[in-house]
Amino acid sequence: MKYVDEFRDGELARTIAARIAQAADPGRTYHFMEFCGGHTHAISRYGVKDLLPPNVVMVHGPGCPVCVLPIGRIDMAIELALGGHSLPSPLGEGSGVRVNNITLCTYADTVRVPASNGLSLLKAKAQGADIRMVYSAADALRIAQEEPEREVVFFAIGFETTTPPTALVVREAARMGLANFSVFVNHVLTPSAIAHILESPEVRELGTVVIDGFVGPAHVSTIIGSQPYEYFAGEYRKPVVIAGFEPLDVMQAIEMLVRQVNDGRACVENEFSRAVTREGNAKAKSLVADVFELRRAFEWRGLGLVPYSALRLKDAWAAWDAERKFGLRDRRVPDNKACECGAILRGVKKPVDCKVFGTACTPETPMGSCMVSSEGACAAHYTYGRYRSAA
Amino acid sequence: MTAPRKDYVRPIDFKRGVVDMSHGSGGRAMAQLIDELFLAAFDNRWLREMNDQARLPMPQGRLVVATDSHVVTPLFFPGGDIGCLSVHGTVNDVAMAGAKPLYLTAGFILEEGFPLADLKRIVESMAKAAVEAGVPIVTGDTKVVEKGKGDGVFINTTGVGVVAEGIEVSGDRARPGDAILVSGTLGDHGVAIMSLRENLTFETTIRSDTASLHTLVAAMIDAVPTVHCLRDPTRGGLATTLNEIARQSGCGMRLEEARIPVRPEVAAACEFLGLDPLYVANEGKLVAICAPDDADRLLAAMRAHPQGRDAAVIGEVVEDAHHFVQMRTGFGGSRMVDWLAGEQLPRIC
Repeated sequence: MKYVDEFRDGELARTIAARIAQAADPGRTYHFMEFCGGHTHAISRYGVKDLLPPNVVMVHGPGCPVCVLPIGRIDMAIELALGGHSLPSPLGEGSGVRVNNITLCTYADTVRVPASNGLSLLKAKAQGADIRMVYSAADALRIAQEEPEREVVFFAIGFETTTPPTALVVREAARMGLANFSVFVNHVLTPSAIAHILESPEVRELGTVVIDGFVGPAHVSTIIGSQPYEYFAGEYRKPVVIAGFEPLDVMQAIEMLVRQVNDGRACVENEFSRAVTREGNAKAKSLVADVFELRRAFEWRGLGLVPYSALRLKDAWAAWDAERKFGLRDRRVPDNKACECGAILRGVKKPVDCKVFGTACTPETPMGSCMVSSEGACAAHYTYGRYRSAA
Repeated sequence: MTAPRKDYVRPIDFKRGVVDMSHGSGGRAMAQLIDELFLAAFDNRWLREMNDQARLPMPQGRLVVATDSHVVTPLFFPGGDIGCLSVHGTVNDVAMAGAKPLYLTAGFILEEGFPLADLKRIVESMAKAAVEAGVPIVTGDTKVVEKGKGDGVFINTTGVGVVAEGIEVSGDRARPGDAILVSGTLGDHGVAIMSLRENLTFETTIRSDTASLHTLVAAMIDAVPTVHCLRDPTRGGLATTLNEIARQSGCGMRLEEARIPVRPEVAAACEFLGLDPLYVANEGKLVAICAPDDADRLLAAMRAHPQGRDAAVIGEVVEDAHHFVQMRTGFGGSRMVDWLAGEQLPRIC
């Protein structure tokens, strides 16, 4: 397949692997965090680990949009979708308007994330909620146009990559005066999450998480550009190499990171130059700025409340904001006690460090979000790599 | 004035008519539908007897029986429809025992309001597939459910076949060292179907591979009567089928990604949908496992058959207490090819 096979070439991979092995100083260990779930997935699916020397260690980051969605936000979506149905506590009394003609449109793997009371969107669907999987925000808008008797809510999640399409449908809905459409916004920001990790006690004080550099986001960076990472590289002295999601991209980024560490440099380099510029996509950025504003704080699974790390609709677009339209109240729900997703998302623990990994928690019966999405660290290790840890 | 013609019944309007509850009521309307549609299309001496059952001669060897219910959406897709699929699927399930399929039964569950024109197309496609396979549909049943209680049409088919004494093909017979073969490119059917699913319409030239594989199986059994396992990787794709066999046989498997045949169009469609072709359904492909010494002969027999032109050896059976299916990736690393978890869902970003 043209334009894909070139980036998965085994021979080139061996060449880069040899260069990494040669460059890596045997007297030290290199710990690099791949921020994005897309990288985690590529590393596991193509067996990138097998091509790295033992002293180059990859640490999974929190960049999986489904994984970082906290239980509380999913509970809110479920409650909304179940509409007139009464929910058992501790969700408590419903908030705002009770409507039973809600159609909740969601990206696919969100439906399996476990929420409170043994529910998930998939289970809510089985209970009668009208929950539909869509491939894009535009599909949700189309459903609202085609079914004017339904209150169509788009469950918008994701990092900067999925934010511009959401902005676009909000503007489009406003232009058409589409009153039966709204968006439940859960868009989060990559730079805030990276800063939060670098500021965490595990990294700064306890030293339990060693990070020598970052494999920087691919698709996110096509929107925001490479410039936002310059602050981390300078302020925290951590090299960042923006890399594409193909396995050769990852290999090359790792080589560039090893060389930066060896040279004592800490700058932003761009391996993914075929798609990413320093400034990013100006049109997408202005679209987002027109429709969204920063939330003061937002809860991330694993990271807790992170200041200025998420977006909400500006007042001008309030009519299309599901939270305001239906009076949804934000709530915080603690993760399952046995689940280590939080520590795994911060890079503090590995999937196999979790007691329920592969026993109570599997892709069929996920207890935590990291086991749900194919980009989650636990699902990736379970699906592609668990033979490595099976004695 | 001429007297009304005796026994005259106005023919069914196959152009504009729809299924109604009377078509399943056991009355005259049902009898007419059977006469004008099912009997006309499937015509054979057993059906012509008009009994509620077929009386068949006992064949030599051991009987093989398989049943399959078909609920595909959409009903018509590039390369086939639910009708021919319901014949191919069951013929193949019987054939995968190394057997010769002999007869089929067909049970229809129709939804009230379903266009008779579509039903006719489906039934005629089934009849054509049965004739091509040389496997007659010898008895059947029709029921109608109220509108909203079905999805147009569901078809159950049961197949009966015969396997000679001495042919022992079974999913528990894979042994470490055995070769793993596939008969051709993977994922064609699933991608053809997905290209038409709601919200997912994309243009493609990919056609479903739906086909009866029993003549290919016969050629393979002829060449290597001791073939250990045969299975058609339908739902869940190759990955699921290999995991099933690994568990049944108590062994592991090691695949070479570079040797697994996948059409570039299928690979491309899977790429942008975020799917893995190893998990996508096939309806006209099979997996074979045989002793290493027989692999060349089996591969040659497969390639000599039109349905096995792209056949390939893709890996080997290994000892593994965990029954893992592992794969050396084209990239040079290793990974597992696990059971499918839930449904294949597209990635977000």
